Amino acid sequence: MIELQGVGYGYGGRALFSDLSMALAPGSFHFLTGPSGAGKTTLLKLCYAELRATEGRVSLWGRDARGMDRDAVALVRRRIGVVHQDCQFLDHLPVAENILLPLIVAGRQDEGERNLRELLAWVGLTEQAGQYPPELSGGERQRAALARAVITSPEVILADEPTGNLDWEMSQRLLTLLVELNRMGKSVLIATHDLNLIRASKAQVATRTLRLRNGRLQQAGADL
Amino acid sequence: MSRLGRILGTILRLLAHVLALMLRQVRRFFAFLAGDPQADRAVPPTGFTASLTLFTAGAMAFLAVFALALALATGRMAEQWGDQLARTATLRLPALEEVEARTATALRILDQTPGVAEARALTTEENQALLEPWLGPDLPLGSLPVPQLIEVTLDGEDFDAAGLRARLEGELPGAVLDDHTRWRAPLFEAASRLRALGLLSLLLIAASTGAMITLAAQAALAANAQVIRVLRLVGARDIYIARAFVRRFTLRAAWGAAGGTIAGVVAVLLLPSADTAGGFLTGLGFQGAGWLAPVLIPPLAAIMAFAATRAAALRMLRTQS
Repeated sequence: MIELQGVGYGYGGRALFSDLSMALAPGSFHFLTGPSGAGKTTLLKLCYAELRATEGRVSLWGRDARGMDRDAVALVRRRIGVVHQDCQFLDHLPVAENILLPLIVAGRQDEGERNLRELLAWVGLTEQAGQYPPELSGGERQRAALARAVITSPEVILADEPTGNLDWEMSQRLLTLLVELNRMGKSVLIATHDLNLIRASKAQVATRTLRLRNGRLQQAGADL
Repeated sequence: MSRLGRILGTILRLLAHVLALMLRQVRRFFAFLAGDPQADRAVPPTGFTASLTLFTAGAMAFLAVFALALALATGRMAEQWGDQLARTATLRLPALEEVEARTATALRILDQTPGVAEARALTTEENQALLEPWLGPDLPLGSLPVPQLIEVTLDGEDFDAAGLRARLEGELPGAVLDDHTRWRAPLFEAASRLRALGLLSLLLIAASTGAMITLAAQAALAANAQVIRVLRLVGARDIYIARAFVRRFTLRAAWGAAGGTIAGVVAVLLLPSADTAGGFLTGLGFQGAGWLAPVLIPPLAAIMAFAATRAAALRMLRTQS
């Protein structure tokens, strides 16, 4: 689905990372870890074509991301659910409409309205459906972002520090939701520096952890 | 089936195809105007750019009404002046002896000249009236060598001024035929230039409106950069995002221009009537089918806003990831 081959990215004459290779297979569960500034968010952005690799090839469902026009990128993004670090909501729309947004832009709002109630209950936001994003707590925002990421039933879910602003209990709850999605066949890639979250996940699901450090991607081992 | 039948069949199929295409475009246009409430909600309205677009479209439409009135009025006047002067000529006989006989000869020659509908010698009173503005009312016309004027009314294209002059030179030496060419040329030129200025003003107004709406659209797009980013991230295509802005600006421009046009037409209506004063400025207005011209201003403003906003939106969206 998403494959990176010898990918590098740099800006201002400085290489952030280079020669990265990885693949997200259907039903896989990956963690991407590494120190702050290592390029975790950038790597995720390459996966949903917000950024273009400066070297190598990012392949999205068999197509080279570099050759995609803007419409093709938009269509690919409908197959990927992204939980952004800062959630990225439209503050003038209530939570329910924010969650429905991916379906609205795809012209599929009718099917979303059927699933919305169920989805809101799943992420525990039924009572907050009519509230506006600035009125939500950090945990509620992260769960709403997750609900928006999965409303279209995407094949891949990318989450960038989804538990960054959450307490442990809420982090566990969010992880459980992501594991449930993975069991439903979705591929999950979580960028996080929260090692406790990675350890906690091992009891629930078979995961693979990649570490981005010094511009290189490594398979993390028992040191986690 | 005959060959003619086949040709007719092909033409009918072609017409049906064109009609279906047109209906589809009309449906798309009305669907665009009706809009998608969900898409519209995704982009919050921005008060500043809304007011700016409404005001700009209104003010420009108001000015466009006057430019249009000027262009139409000057066109009308050029036609009127040209027509009036082209249909008349003046024959001047020098104040020599045997004026009556020479006048009779001139009238006979004119009577035989193709393209002349009527020729009439001006009376002493008419001559007096013509000279009065310059020489005063107590003019002793009988003691002055005043030339005899003959007013000639023309009725056709076959009037040959050069031929008539040649004949007059032979039979009535000293007679001068003035077919008003030297009057008509500058009048025509002045009226044509005024009309060109009116049309140029319309073009400048249209360009300024387009520029202002583009700036307002760019401001709205910049103010909504975060909204656009979020929409792109959740899979919105550029055309989806642009449509919400384009529809909003198109409708604002149409409403603003409609208001400005109505105000402009009312102002033109309040100008003094051409019949009562009869001067150039009082003739500035619309007549007959000319009244339909201002009706075109709001839809044209809407089309321009549509094009300007669409171009600005798509251009700006291309710079985003």
